Amino acid sequence: MTPTLSVKNLRVEIPTRRGTLVAIDDLSFDIAPGEVLGMVGESGAGKSITGSAIIGLLEPPGHVAAGEISLQGERIDGLPPDAMRRIRGRRIGMIFQDPLTSLNPLYRIGDQLIETILTHENMSHAAARAKARQLLEEVGIPAAGERLSSYPHQFSGGMRQRVVIALALAADPDLVIADEPTTALDVSVQAQIIALLKRLCEDRGTSVLLITHDMGVIAETADRVCVLYAGRMAEIGSVQDVVKRPQHPYTVGLMAAIPSLTMDPHESLAQIPGSMPRLGAIPSGCAFNPRCQFAFERCSAERPEPYPTTSGRAACFLHDTGGSKLPPVENARRAEKAGIAVKGRTEDTVS
Amino acid sequence: MNVAEIKQPASGTVPSQETLVEARDLRRVFDLSRPWLNRLIEREGRVTLTAVDGVDFSIRRGETYALVGESGSGKSTIARMVVGLLKPTAGSVSIAGTDVWAKAQAAEQRAMRRRIQMIFQDPFASLNQRWRVQSIIAEPIKAFGLITNPADRAERVAELLSLVGLDPRDGQKFPHEFSGGQRQRIAIARALASEPEFIVCDEPTSALDVSVQAQVLNLLRDLQQRLGLTYLFISHNLAVVRHMASQVGVLYLGRLVEEASAQELFSEPKHPYTRMLLDAVPDIAMEGIERRSIAGEIPNPITPPPGCHFHPRCPRVMAHCKTVIPPVEHAGNTSVRCLLYGST
Amino acid sequence: MSEQTLTQVPARRSSRLKNALDSDLIYSLRKSPLTMVAAVVTLVLVLSAVFAPWIAPQNPYDPSSLSIMDSFYPPAWEADGDPRFLLGTDDQGRGLLSTILYGMRTSLAVGFASVIFAMVLGVTLGLVAGYFGGKTDSIIMRIADVQLTFPAILIALLIDGVARGLAGSHAYDEIVFGVLILSIGLSFWVQYARTVRGSVIVEANKEYVLAARLIGLGPITIMFRHVLPNVLGPVLVIATINLALAIITEATLSFLGVGAPLTQPSLGTLIRVGNDFLFSGEWWITIFPGVTLAVLALAVNLLGDWLRDALNPKLR
Repeated sequence: MTPTLSVKNLRVEIPTRRGTLVAIDDLSFDIAPGEVLGMVGESGAGKSITGSAIIGLLEPPGHVAAGEISLQGERIDGLPPDAMRRIRGRRIGMIFQDPLTSLNPLYRIGDQLIETILTHENMSHAAARAKARQLLEEVGIPAAGERLSSYPHQFSGGMRQRVVIALALAADPDLVIADEPTTALDVSVQAQIIALLKRLCEDRGTSVLLITHDMGVIAETADRVCVLYAGRMAEIGSVQDVVKRPQHPYTVGLMAAIPSLTMDPHESLAQIPGSMPRLGAIPSGCAFNPRCQFAFERCSAERPEPYPTTSGRAACFLHDTGGSKLPPVENARRAEKAGIAVKGRTEDTVS
Repeated sequence: MNVAEIKQPASGTVPSQETLVEARDLRRVFDLSRPWLNRLIEREGRVTLTAVDGVDFSIRRGETYALVGESGSGKSTIARMVVGLLKPTAGSVSIAGTDVWAKAQAAEQRAMRRRIQMIFQDPFASLNQRWRVQSIIAEPIKAFGLITNPADRAERVAELLSLVGLDPRDGQKFPHEFSGGQRQRIAIARALASEPEFIVCDEPTSALDVSVQAQVLNLLRDLQQRLGLTYLFISHNLAVVRHMASQVGVLYLGRLVEEASAQELFSEPKHPYTRMLLDAVPDIAMEGIERRSIAGEIPNPITPPPGCHFHPRCPRVMAHCKTVIPPVEHAGNTSVRCLLYGST
Repeated sequence: MSEQTLTQVPARRSSRLKNALDSDLIYSLRKSPLTMVAAVVTLVLVLSAVFAPWIAPQNPYDPSSLSIMDSFYPPAWEADGDPRFLLGTDDQGRGLLSTILYGMRTSLAVGFASVIFAMVLGVTLGLVAGYFGGKTDSIIMRIADVQLTFPAILIALLIDGVARGLAGSHAYDEIVFGVLILSIGLSFWVQYARTVRGSVIVEANKEYVLAARLIGLGPITIMFRHVLPNVLGPVLVIATINLALAIITEATLSFLGVGAPLTQPSLGTLIRVGNDFLFSGEWWITIFPGVTLAVLALAVNLLGDWLRDALNPKLR
């Protein structure tokens, strides 16, 4: 089956006066029809840049320097702006962190929905209006018929994000890119929005690229997870594997660092020493090697390729010879406590 | 990391029975009205927002008291009233028996301010970007006249930097040369500079990435044990609170709806809001399981629902919830404001 | 993307100069050829004004070096020109090049002084209004509003007239520059006050100011040591653009005859004097000072525009 989205060896460069930054380096992944792929990473890891690269909205001077992006087998990178505009909205829907950036404050919600529907579909205004109303009902907005004539500021944060979801799904796209869709919302509303997004995309068989820094959101929403580190893929795999049996030392550390309601509160959290390098100062070899407790000589000399793991791939030499030499996450936490990880070492100063 | 020489009030790691901070019937009303001329012309009344509505709590020396709440709950307003940045409309806050807001001699005021410090949410806004890190950390020492000799002061700054896990040479640099986690360490060093007993942490890690969050949380716990600090920890993240707090208060629209030890609150939540909040926490252990979502959204705090503020979203709502403001009821060691636990 | 900023400034003090030359500001200057030209023109004009006594061919205000026989020479390249006077001479026999250099000196001195006066006044009032808010803020900003309803020239003329009346025409010549600086400065402070007030309201709620309040620092310390350095960027931009405006205002006042006196003419005075001869064929007497004024104002303005863009993080 052709994947909905296929990204191959993507490389995004940002030329600056101090040299060219490689924001995304050799990133490859596929999203199958109806699949939710979660993309996680810390700020600056390149999650949002990946999203912008796919929809052709990279902020200049950033640009796709190499690689291929295909939507249902068709190349969409390097399309002229006009063609790209037609793809956005119709074939790729977008949901951003702040719903206000996707809604025009000067137009009624209904008019914005109808306009989106009419640009992508050939139907009468009345039919478009009926469809807009039905969409609002579907995303759970009470009294949808009356709310069509409301302005964005008359909605609460959660309701606005529902409208944005309606807008993103208005043209029945093949793929929805959701960039931190719940970050600006309260905990109690987050759950509603995630459930809604998941249900709607399941019903329609829409594929989703869910970009977030929140592993909790990923854990309950995504089918597969792609973990980014310093613009490179650390690991990709099924959500159960990445959360329960992470294969890359970075993911291991990341999972252990997340405080959980089920863990013993008296235990201290496992921590990864140091912080993610800035794009201008990525270490040679594996980008994670200075912070990695399993690092050996090869890690600083050579860059690891993604090696196959049980359900995906991990860019780590521990997987080179086939079997994993990585202790499971519980052991890692114990190892950390025993002081194996360089304790007392803190974030390396970027200089 | 040599901390032996750092003078701090000696205290154990176990919370004592002594009450250090006490807030009584704390209330804050914000006037959101437009200028009187506009009100006169447009025939509008005054608009007020009750951000904090009669909150009581006390914090024992050496413990971490967490206030949990979503937006509009009034948690940051409480933090600012406790440290003395925002005057309460009514009620009082006292630290070791001294009223924070009472009119006092300048010297007394200064002595009290020295004992309270705060760590802010955004490490990018909380450090003056035009100042070198060493000047930022030295400022409280100078302001309180703790060390007057510049050489000794520089030594103390170096000591504080290594205490929070930074290189003493980092003092030469400017804040923009550091990552978010490192900046939060600098902010912690500044808060420690005046040798306080009580630190208010206002969402100290919500602007940080998880791996860095773990570093900062561990550092805060570590410092508490070493220096015998007392924390008021403000957060919306229940998993973080679970990890940090010994006592927890849950806020909803300016009212403390439940207060209990962390142990009890997380194992046996009483108030329907607390229960829903716990169910809504995104947890990595929950993969594949859908969170139970809370119906509805937080109402506009300018016009909160009458009676119990939570009644429109409450699954166990009763008729009188809509009219009666629930009094504080005691169920075991938990105080809860919910009519379900009423004695009558 | 703040984590990705590339500033990697070494902490050592010895490398400060290198850092300054390597800064984003200088980089953006080098990327814009027009701004480079404007910067060079401004620099040359300012330097030649400062060093006028050393580089001007004659001292036009030393009567012993003047001869009425030299009057009305056209520029040197014209048929009747005299090689001693590159840009010709005026009715008194003064070389125009020299008078322009000296006149620019007066113009720039008045311009700089009035900009500094307006800046100090406006920044202080803006800081006070923004930091304290409430009634203080209302009073200062209402005064600013009232002042904005009068054109700058009108205010300057008013102050000038009052001062002239009070001092009498003889004593007036001695205080004329003070009055000029005061009147131009007073008509420009509003812009600084408004800008600074806006920035202060934003900055005063930032957490670093709260941290400073927490340790009991007084409002004056916080305003000047913490807030001021963080709001200086926009002030610098206004000051640059206002410099051009102040020079033009001074020239206008002098042209109207209420500015710099004939004994110490500014560019405006020169243009006014030359204006009398424009229609009798001696065009150079007014055209050259006029062109100088225009070039100076344009160059400074271009610098101001560039500075505004360069300091705006959104456009970088």
